Amino acid sequence: MTLSLEELQQIARIEKDRREGFQHRIKICVAAGCLSCQSATLKEAMEKEVSRRGMENWVDVKGVGCLGLCTAGPLVFVEPDGILYQGVKVSDAGPIIESLGAEPIDALHCSTDLPFFARQHKVVLENCGRIDPERIEDYIAEGGYYALYQALRNMTPREVIQEITRGGLRGRGGAGYPTGLKWTTVAKAVNATKYVICNADEGDPGAFMDRSVLESDPHRVLEGMAIAAYAVGAAQGFIYVRAEYPLAVKRLRTAIAHAERLGVLGNGIFNTRFRFDVRVRLGAGAFVCGEETALMASIEGRLGKPRPRPPYPAEYGLWGCPTLINNVETFANVAPIIRNGGAWFAGIGTETSKGTKVFALAGRVNHTGLIEVPMGTMLRDIVFEIGGGIPRGGRFKAVQTGGPSGGCIPEQYLDMPVDYESLAEAGSIMGSGGMIIMDESSCMVDVAKFFMEFCMSESCGKCVPCRVGTTQLYHLLCKITSGAAQPSDLDKIEELCDLVKNTALCGLGQTAPNPVMSTLHYFRDEYTAHIEDKVCPAKACKMQPAKEVV
Amino acid sequence: MTQTAADASQSVQTNPKQSQDRRWRSVNRTIRLNGNQPDALIETLHAVQESFGYIDLDAMQYVARELTVPLSRVYAVATFYHYFTLKPPGDHTCVVCMGTACYIGGSTAILDSIHEGFGISPGETTPDGKVSLLTARCLGSCGLAPAAVFDGEVAGKLDAATVVEKIARWADHDSES
Ligand SMILES: Cc1cc2nc3c(=O)[nH]c(=O)nc-3n(C[C@H](O)[C@H](O)[C@H](O)COP(=O)(O)O)c2cc1C
Ligand code: FES
Repeated sequence: MTLSLEELQQIARIEKDRREGFQHRIKICVAAGCLSCQSATLKEAMEKEVSRRGMENWVDVKGVGCLGLCTAGPLVFVEPDGILYQGVKVSDAGPIIESLGAEPIDALHCSTDLPFFARQHKVVLENCGRIDPERIEDYIAEGGYYALYQALRNMTPREVIQEITRGGLRGRGGAGYPTGLKWTTVAKAVNATKYVICNADEGDPGAFMDRSVLESDPHRVLEGMAIAAYAVGAAQGFIYVRAEYPLAVKRLRTAIAHAERLGVLGNGIFNTRFRFDVRVRLGAGAFVCGEETALMASIEGRLGKPRPRPPYPAEYGLWGCPTLINNVETFANVAPIIRNGGAWFAGIGTETSKGTKVFALAGRVNHTGLIEVPMGTMLRDIVFEIGGGIPRGGRFKAVQTGGPSGGCIPEQYLDMPVDYESLAEAGSIMGSGGMIIMDESSCMVDVAKFFMEFCMSESCGKCVPCRVGTTQLYHLLCKITSGAAQPSDLDKIEELCDLVKNTALCGLGQTAPNPVMSTLHYFRDEYTAHIEDKVCPAKACKMQPAKEVV
Repeated sequence: MTQTAADASQSVQTNPKQSQDRRWRSVNRTIRLNGNQPDALIETLHAVQESFGYIDLDAMQYVARELTVPLSRVYAVATFYHYFTLKPPGDHTCVVCMGTACYIGGSTAILDSIHEGFGISPGETTPDGKVSLLTARCLGSCGLAPAAVFDGEVAGKLDAATVVEKIARWADHDSES
């Protein structure tokens, strides 16, 4: 079965007419955050209230993806009035329906003029919170799959890659490798079979961007993958998702089934000779499987252990075939670039970092949730404007980016634009987009220990520097936080960091010392306070009584 | 003579896997959907764990045979990935998130108080087999940190007292009935 442009446009038209037919549309967030605040029950209650009043024909109730401000869930958005309600309880369902077309309910009202909303620029998240992730028609009504049509029917694979290159898109999985360049390499590789993989392992503990995109707008990722497959000459795709994200897995599977039924996946898409199939593969809780060579081993059903590169996956990947592997957010940027042109994309962001970036704001900040800002936005604006500052009058101490591979950025760097280069200069990395804000109650040595414990237990054990080095570093850090360390231990730590960084096999080990090195660089006094004065300035560590160590 | 009888009963023991038991049927469906391919090993182990709650030696042997992979590899994979467990879980499970956001939000204190109240550490089950405690690396609900999962239901913005109370309710409720 295959689809024509007219049919695609017709689906969009019917869906738009259907929407117009409703006087009011109530959108309830049913992404993970709000679901854990019982938004599913709320949706049922809302539907019941509507049908009890016999208003089904002019009030539409639908579940949508993440509305962003997860702290204030469950969130409800009323259209066309544009009213956002926060912290909505089941008992509020009736009153909200009553208020339709009249004055909004003040007590629940959440202003959308807040900097949290006003300062954002949505490209990747443009449909999040607007469409029902389980209905392909909703995605098509927003222009979905039109970029795929354009690419397949009006562009050569080469032109597609040129457009991506012109846009200056860089990988959102952490390292920021130019996407156009990666696609070119895979396209050039000569082999009958090639693969496209979407990395949805999202290992950084404290980040949930990819999860939200998959839960809120799964078709966007599928469309990006299909365009990529056309550009590089692949016919089979895999999405590797963490098993810890059951809802994302479910919605992806639904999306794939719908796309196949409609003919935007499968054989002869849009009456061309291009065919593309996608399969979901589950991870099983191993951080190292986010690393591309380990990920491929895991898809092959083996132990997720990395191997040395080169050869890179672009030449020798899944089952030895040339393989393109990109992150969820990278793929999510593809369709808009094809639709609006590379020049449009390159117009957003900074000289070297184009487009927008999605961040997961969490930790000691008032507005936790999902945000998307142009690259180059000041860190201060993210924390204090969009994030609304530190709760309970606390004092900002540091922001952690890049997870276990990143570092802590102190106050003096707050006026720094957030892009790949600036973050690296400050001793951290962009990473996948986790941003954890810390206040005075966090002990930086303990934070470093937390990440080292993570790397130690996630080390796959294949190479000695990582397996043994992270364990030794962890024990040294434990010594410090328990008040048993000597000044010479700091030298040992620095020496070990250097060794692990330079000799480990894969990115996990190579970057594992980063949290230690960056905290040691900016917060050395906290380390010395633990070692020399046997006190934890943040009062977070349980120090042994001083007499034991004298 | 007795030897062969034992052998026979063993093969009978594996036969139900092909037929009636609903749990094995779901495992077999996964195997079939993937064409008995060895690369579906992880997928198949997921199916086993979903059906039975854990993966035992018997299941590993069965999977090894069906996918024609060495038992050593099945064991290696089942123990490499943290998501798989070889121990049967308790009647109820509590998974406390130890991701960065939850750690900053105070999940260490939650673990401490569970240990204090029920004497279990992550990975352990209470002696009466009622409650298992596990930890996770980020549930993706960081906006609601600290978060935990109680029998499959995610709850956010927790504190130590609330968590202990929830677990205590499990323990009490079940002992009454
Ligand atoms: C230890 C480790 C963990 C990683 N985890 C992830 C991850 O969770 N998600 C991801 O997209 N990339 C992850 N990466 C990066 C991938 O190896 C790879 O570079 C990326 O998927 C490429 O996609 P991109 O070019 O679109 O960024 C990880 C790398 C390392 C070394
Ligand atoms: S860190 Fe706990 S949910 Fe993400």
